[in-house]
Amino acid sequence: MKLRVLYFAWIRERIGEPREDVETEADTVSALIAQLRAREERYALAFSDLSAVRVALDQELADMDAPLAGVREVAFFPPMTGG
Amino acid sequence: MAVRVQSAAFDYGAECAAFAQGAGDAGAVVTFAGIVRDEGGRLSAMEIEHYPGMTERALAAIEDEARERWHLSDALIIHRFGPLAPGEIIMMVATAARHRGDAFAAAEYLMDYLKSRAPFWKKETTAKGDAGWVDARESDEAALKRW
Repeated sequence: MKLRVLYFAWIRERIGEPREDVETEADTVSALIAQLRAREERYALAFSDLSAVRVALDQELADMDAPLAGVREVAFFPPMTGG
Repeated sequence: MAVRVQSAAFDYGAECAAFAQGAGDAGAVVTFAGIVRDEGGRLSAMEIEHYPGMTERALAAIEDEARERWHLSDALIIHRFGPLAPGEIIMMVATAARHRGDAFAAAEYLMDYLKSRAPFWKKETTAKGDAGWVDARESDEAALKRW
């Protein structure tokens, strides 16, 4: 399946792209991260500390073990700092 | 009930006045504004990044939750993004209710949740020119537990 993957804040800066389409067979968020980390050093760097990474599936916050079935948009970002 | 996410500055006084005027028979209005600090001259600029689409959804969900918990006759959230200078207003919330207890509690709830559950990220630039992302504070996450 093809996923639209978005990156924000320092994750975006480390990867060097705000968004990309990713062809994947990953069934969970964790599996997708493993696939991305194996790609290139900049992805490994962006996902080196998962305690500092949050994920949203189709614009709703989700857990790292959440399934990707039916999902179109995945976003990775650090803990939020609004207000 | 309204949520506005915008890069443009807004007139806090005018927004507060309009909100209070439209509050009808609510006896209590609470307003709060967040302002860019200069940390005693240490900071020269702030950039706020957000996730268009999710931001509006998250803020609307937080506002809906507040309406479930308290008797609010109205609520407003305005949050800016993009480049901001020290002293500029970043965001505001306003709540209207028949009694001040509900208005105060709901305003605090909106603030606590939008700090940690709405997709905004702050990047600070110091007067020396160093830029860095603001870390989320554990105290902000802990603040959610009281609700």
